[in-house]
Amino acid sequence: METTTQLMETTTQFLQLFVFLLAAFTGFQIITKIPTLLHTPLMSATNAISAISLVAALVFAGATDKGAVTTILGTVAVFAATTNAVGGFMITDRMLRMFKRDTRKSG
Amino acid sequence: MTDTARQTLVQIAYLVASACFLLGLRGLTSPRTARRGMGLAAAGMVLAVIGTLLHHDIVSYQWIAIGIVVGAAVGAPMAIFMPMTAVPQRTAISHAFGALAVTLVGVAEYYLFTHRLGETGQMNEHVRMVAIGFEVFFGSLTITGSIMAFAKLQGLIPGKPMTYPFQNVANIALFLAGFAMFIYLIIDPTQSTVFYMMIGAAVLFGVLFVMPIGGADMPVVISLLNSYAGLAAAATGFAIDNTVLIVAGALDGASGFILSILMSKAMNRSFRNVLFGAFGSQPNAVSGAGAKEQRPVKSVTAEDAASVLAYSKSVIFVPGYGLAVAQAQHTVRELADLLKSRGISVKYAVHPVAGRMPGHMNVLLAEANVPYDELYDLDQINPEFEHTDVAVVVGANDVTNPAARTDNKSPIFGMPILNVDKAQAVIFMKRSMAAGFAGVDNELFYLDKTLMLFGDAKKSMQALVTEVKAI
Repeated sequence: METTTQLMETTTQFLQLFVFLLAAFTGFQIITKIPTLLHTPLMSATNAISAISLVAALVFAGATDKGAVTTILGTVAVFAATTNAVGGFMITDRMLRMFKRDTRKSG
Repeated sequence: MTDTARQTLVQIAYLVASACFLLGLRGLTSPRTARRGMGLAAAGMVLAVIGTLLHHDIVSYQWIAIGIVVGAAVGAPMAIFMPMTAVPQRTAISHAFGALAVTLVGVAEYYLFTHRLGETGQMNEHVRMVAIGFEVFFGSLTITGSIMAFAKLQGLIPGKPMTYPFQNVANIALFLAGFAMFIYLIIDPTQSTVFYMMIGAAVLFGVLFVMPIGGADMPVVISLLNSYAGLAAAATGFAIDNTVLIVAGALDGASGFILSILMSKAMNRSFRNVLFGAFGSQPNAVSGAGAKEQRPVKSVTAEDAASVLAYSKSVIFVPGYGLAVAQAQHTVRELADLLKSRGISVKYAVHPVAGRMPGHMNVLLAEANVPYDELYDLDQINPEFEHTDVAVVVGANDVTNPAARTDNKSPIFGMPILNVDKAQAVIFMKRSMAAGFAGVDNELFYLDKTLMLFGDAKKSMQALVTEVKAI
């Protein structure tokens, strides 16, 4: 017989799919409005944003009581994701700073 | 703090972070709001990280600190010192880093998952395995695929397509083998040998599938890998029940997908053709064009070209990747400033594939202090050519070929091009009469109104600057 936990888990899994669907749809709507002018910053920005996988890595790196394997995997993942989060947002900002309307003063 | 209170705080942090990411991307719809938007997205990221540190599973902060410090120490210099011409490579390698993080999380997740399988309360293990398998499969192939793309763009391995017999068949077979292992794991998640074999297959597939793709097709490949990295991140969200990861992964996946479609269209290629076509490996595709190359062209000196420019009323520059290779962006802007000071209107026509990744040429010109309101994309600029006195093509070729509009036998027929031939006069700067990337002769060279200025792009551009100054 089905337990309450099982039912709840199924509900959660469907909720996750709803979240994915809505986020992908909203993303489509926003991203198609982004001008080609900013497509390179867009790619480095989404790359930085997806470094949010850092939050998953943190939990493994910090759960040292679960054994060395997951701690090591987690720590390397924290390193890789932080590289992207820090590097991604910084280079995006560096690029966006270059887009100026009037260059008379610097030219 | 109780676990429930902590969990509530973590979820609030994730909710706010998700909103920040969406608003941040919306900021990118205009250059004026872009920086503010990205600041917001970065703040969202920091908030999500701080929130996660409250997670009840975290008992030690030592390894977290080490990972973050080393990661920041590697990431920051890469962002600060990377030349803008190398942004495509940096993007490729960052996809590899992102996919690595996701894959390792997936492996750790699987490791704990198989060790807990005997316990009670693990009901939906098959469903969990779908998420973990997807995450690890796409993650692994994105790691090696991105490293290959990086190596090609950086010139560590030849950018030319590398082909061998039965390549496509072998690649598809390998992919299907990996996928079959994935399906097998969903049925029986305890088979850890199959799990690691699947990773091996995906890692190998990543290498083999980028190998036959040429350097000029990299915009599509990078976008596609961007999409995969995003989808793998979203799968992580499913596997560990983390909504902010699902949201961010979905955004990344959608963005990469849209960009790869746009790039394929701009190159007149289907997805399938880019991935399995090994374009450029058949240089004899248009051997018929050889006979036409004896036709006369009008070759001019920098002095002549300068006077045409100086006495015009409107000029459109058409930059291609050759301009970036010659590092002539600053010289173009110098020439543009000179022309503007003579009261001439100046615009830039940027084709979507003018660089090595989507939007790359815009960044390169912005770096050379070209104001962004002078940069026009294909649809905006094409109606303008017929009211323009001079179009200056520098470092571009195929994207200006009118055959794409008129000659249905041409291999580039149907490709969206810049209608340079509609301008009153054309100055075409080119090293030699060699054909462009597609190996097609350009009709534009033989038009009466086309003036060919032969030589290195930067030197020719500098000569034009000197000559215009002298007038």
